[in-house]
Amino acid sequence: MNIVVCVKQTPDTAATVTVEDGKISWGDAPLVLNPWDEFAVEEALRLKEAHGGEVTAISLGPEDAKEALKQSLAMGCENAILVSDPSFAGLDSLQVSKVLAAAIEKVGEVDLVFFGRSSVDTDTGITGSQVARRLGWPALSLVAVINSLDPESKRLEVERMLDETRQQVRASFPAAISVVKEINEPRYPSFMGIRKASKAEIPIWSAAELSLEGDLKSAVTWPEVWAPPKIETQCEFVEGETPEEIAAKLVDRLIEEKVV
Amino acid sequence: MANKVLVYVDHFKGEALPASWEAIGAARKIAESLGSGVTAVIIGQDVQPLAKQAIEYGADDAVVAENPALADFQPEPYADVLSKAAAEADVLLLPTSGRTRELAAMTAVDLETGLSPDVIAIEVDGGLVLATRPIYAGKLLCKVVTKERKPQILTTRSRAFPKPEPDASRSGEITSLEFEVGDVPTKVLGYTDAEGGVSLTDAAVIVSGGRGVSNNPSLTPPDEITDEKEQEIWRAQQGFGLVGDLAGVLNAAMGASRAAVDAGYIPYANQVGQTGKVVSPDLYIANGISGAIQHLAGMRTSKTIVAVNKDPEAPIFKLARFGVVGDLFDIVPALTAAFKERLGK
Repeated sequence: MNIVVCVKQTPDTAATVTVEDGKISWGDAPLVLNPWDEFAVEEALRLKEAHGGEVTAISLGPEDAKEALKQSLAMGCENAILVSDPSFAGLDSLQVSKVLAAAIEKVGEVDLVFFGRSSVDTDTGITGSQVARRLGWPALSLVAVINSLDPESKRLEVERMLDETRQQVRASFPAAISVVKEINEPRYPSFMGIRKASKAEIPIWSAAELSLEGDLKSAVTWPEVWAPPKIETQCEFVEGETPEEIAAKLVDRLIEEKVV
Repeated sequence: MANKVLVYVDHFKGEALPASWEAIGAARKIAESLGSGVTAVIIGQDVQPLAKQAIEYGADDAVVAENPALADFQPEPYADVLSKAAAEADVLLLPTSGRTRELAAMTAVDLETGLSPDVIAIEVDGGLVLATRPIYAGKLLCKVVTKERKPQILTTRSRAFPKPEPDASRSGEITSLEFEVGDVPTKVLGYTDAEGGVSLTDAAVIVSGGRGVSNNPSLTPPDEITDEKEQEIWRAQQGFGLVGDLAGVLNAAMGASRAAVDAGYIPYANQVGQTGKVVSPDLYIANGISGAIQHLAGMRTSKTIVAVNKDPEAPIFKLARFGVVGDLFDIVPALTAAFKERLGK
């Protein structure tokens, strides 16, 4: 099977994110593989291990944004491609999906493309569906289990997490899949994997190589970004001799303040 | 002829999400600024009743697209229909859900326009909708706008906009959309029985448990559970039982911290935080949750936060309006009893 995983480099979720002169800063927090994408890489690797084939990680970002790809290689992906061009900077998801779809088509003969459910920086969670729409492939989003997959008949059955319940769906390759955390437990990169990744030459695909020159104009712009005012809360500690007394006092206070 | 402001009414098997009506409320404000009306768009099978409901909640009229092939939500055929319905619109609003995230994403591609998901505030300036949305799990906010393309597509976050009062005396035209269903690339095989309970994102009250729910050494697991991990999970289940009782009295949804989910105490569907659900209830009661930055990011906009924790230094108290330093195994059952008595249940 020929599998692609789209990954993104993001600041660590423990980072303190601030705005300085209108620019977003995460201080010296490390840049990592977007936590949601770890599950996508893991699932792609498991399918490859079960059915053969190879996994290619693709990331769109500036030229120094190779952390996510190195981590993907270290986990066990065969190939990594950085999709990078000055004209790709600051694109919205409408255009990012166009670039990623072009890159997936350039890889060629792809059976499945995996995405994490969203990225922890912009939190939009729409790129996977948009790429699927552009490719004309079925979109299987928020997948929690791959119930069955047959490379011969090119069919798969998955279980998706809806807000209300779970849904079982069947589709054929090629297809786009976004995964949720429940699907697996991502592996840690092996020592050998880390060595391999650190030596890997990661090819860069530019707008010209994807025939996208002069073709990208974001629909959405971000005129302003700011840190919300810090919530200054003075915690009122409720005390008492017994749990019953504490509970009664707390419930009284919640009723007084019309919380319940 | 449809209005320039459209609202997609999201539903699960014919039952609308409350956030759909919140979106109609938000759309009314936009429509007033633009001098337009609001048209509700309803897609599915046997969904006519939703059109009348949408009008009661504030839509001026409704467009209904019904077909047996649309009985189950599938993003591709739904997006085909919505793209057709919204092609001439200025603004398309959808309530945020797993479904609409896909549907809006695909519709934006079809119409080559911008999409701003998960917005929490809206203003209109010179015909443009300026929306505010959280990024970095709410650590930052940003303004977003789709300037040169139409429709401007936005999804509104649950509970960020007030739900209008329904008015049964309102009336409006309900028309059917003419369309053909193309190839549907996926087949829905079935659903797991709904787990029931209150949805986290719609809940007015959330009662959550963290790693601390397993921390009751005085509980002795039954003899047949010998494995240490299984004993820990058994303890956690007793703890979450108490959390669940409190949730029951308050008609609340059950939440959990990532630590509790990762430890296998409770399904991932209950996780609140940066890599779980982002919630904004009127009341959030955190039990045995210390308050890692990733958890706080998912619930910091709750109106009132109550924290119960053994550790007086736990970061959760910095965000809490009310705190109890104590053992949740004592406090939570006492709270359940006190609420029962005071709320007359």
